[in-house]
Amino acid sequence: MKDAAHLIRLAAVFAAGFIAFLLIRQALVPAGFGKYGHFRAGALDDIRARKVSFAGREQCAICHDDRVKELHAGKHAGVGCEACHEAQAKHAQLDDPSTGKPVLPDTKVLCARCHEKNNAKPRGFPQVATAEHSGGEPCKSCHNPHSPKL
Amino acid sequence: MSITRRDLVTNASKLLVLTPAAAAFLACLKGETAEMEPKYKMADHYWAMTIDIGKCIGCGNCVRACATENSVPDGYFRTWVERYVVPAWPDEHPDVDSPDGGKHGFPPKEKAGAKSFFVPKLCNHCAHSPCVQVCPVGATFESPDGLVLVDKTYCLGCRYCVQACPYGCRYIDPDKQVVDKCTLCYHRISKGLTTACCETCPTSARTLADLKNPNDPIHEFLRTNSVQVLKPHMATGAKLYYKGLDESVR
Ligand code: HEC
Ligand code: HEC
Ligand code: HEC
Ligand code: HEC
Repeated sequence: MKDAAHLIRLAAVFAAGFIAFLLIRQALVPAGFGKYGHFRAGALDDIRARKVSFAGREQCAICHDDRVKELHAGKHAGVGCEACHEAQAKHAQLDDPSTGKPVLPDTKVLCARCHEKNNAKPRGFPQVATAEHSGGEPCKSCHNPHSPKL
Repeated sequence: MSITRRDLVTNASKLLVLTPAAAAFLACLKGETAEMEPKYKMADHYWAMTIDIGKCIGCGNCVRACATENSVPDGYFRTWVERYVVPAWPDEHPDVDSPDGGKHGFPPKEKAGAKSFFVPKLCNHCAHSPCVQVCPVGATFESPDGLVLVDKTYCLGCRYCVQACPYGCRYIDPDKQVVDKCTLCYHRISKGLTTACCETCPTSARTLADLKNPNDPIHEFLRTNSVQVLKPHMATGAKLYYKGLDESVR
């Protein structure tokens, strides 16, 4: 019986070590770790919590129904509002659209981005050498941006 | 006062039983704070993207929109557009450029007899991603809905993953000194919107796709087109499906 004393002491040390391990592990492993895999589940929520800047074309349709109809009837039907009007989530809030009133795009810069002649563009895409084509005039003096075909 | 052996054994075993119980209780308390987006069910989605080379006009809308949407610092890119100018046979090397990521379009470049096209690039959200495999702290991971994401609170900024990515899709955030990359606009797609780059693409050259949605056009797209991923020999399980990808594209 006397010989067993040091075994028990050893077991107690191991037990204490094990408990310490559990406590330290508890403190260090973040909440939700391992829920979906080898990562902290909360990271997904962190990333999803970001605010959006582009409201999406459906959102514009709520108030600008007329513009949407005009756009969809023309050649720019596939082009989203915010492809030309920049990010408008601030403006497109339903309660107060007057905050962050959109600055209207300058057609000289805007149209050339997409339509400037470049031989890497797909053959079928309508392209013009803008300087020659418009003679320095803004594109909107001849084309309606929302329904550009003349 | 002396502790008898009996006391020692009983107390030690009580402690042994109670500590994990307390730990489990604490975990339960902590776990409650991690709440999910109520309407978004991860199990119902598996995200991918289709890219049609024949439609890209190199306008740079995607690059600018991505920078705005995700506050990407100047000179860094989560998506960018490359222009390939492939000379006529027997020249070997395509001429590739991407001025400022293609953010402001491409100046004309003529080369007789060459073919030329744009290739939009971004994170391939690989199913067997090399970047995830090399992360020493588990800060980068594959989510159940098919995205490769970064837990910025755990990233050490060691750059292993930046090197491991065969597509060059990662960068070190110059302010926080941790890695950053395309999240496929997780904050948007989990709210039912499309990504910023797809939203602003005028020709639908790129389209967000959900492989788990049986009605998604991607199934038709994959069935009816010749489709390729980048660097298929690396078996990364890339999920950007390119239509009309030229052999010269790396
Ligand atoms: C909640 C309704 C609402 C939504 C949603 C909305 N708008 Fe507007 N928008 C308005 C109103 C009202 C005005 C007129 C503001 C004024 O003249 O002060 C306006 C004006 C504009 C203008 C013209 C500004 C000018 O100088 O004439 C543009 C461009 C515009 N919106 C674009 C958009 C786009 C793009 C979206 C979608 C992202 C959008 N709007 C969504 C209500 C809305
Ligand atoms: C091809 C680019 C383009 C697209 C796509 C586009 N717009 Fe515009 N929009 C313009 C330009 C350019 C102007 C400025 C015209 C001007 O200066 O008179 C403008 C002006 C406007 C105005 C101000 C009123 C007016 O007609 O002058 C509103 C409102 C507007 N857009 C809403 C929309 C909405 C809503 C959509 C999506 C359905 C949309 N736009 C899509 C280019 C575009
Ligand atoms: C974001 C890119 C983008 C911008 C900016 C843009 N367009 Fe377009 N445009 C398109 C696309 C896409 C088409 C459709 C091409 C097709 O049908 O294949 C198109 C078609 C056209 C067409 C019809 C060509 C035809 O006859 O088939 C005209 C004209 C045109 N745009 C003029 C303009 C003008 C003027 C502006 C500036 C207000 C402008 N575009 C701005 C993308 C753009
Ligand atoms: C002086 C008036 C005028 C101005 C300014 C103008 N256009 Fe045009 N544009 C036309 C006419 C007329 C046509 C149709 C005839 C044709 O196809 O050449 C046309 C056709 C186009 C087409 C279709 C070409 C095709 O191949 O189908 C595009 C694209 C275009 N314009 C873009 C622009 C852009 C971009 C600007 C601004 C830099 C601009 N236009 C300014 C008059 C103008």
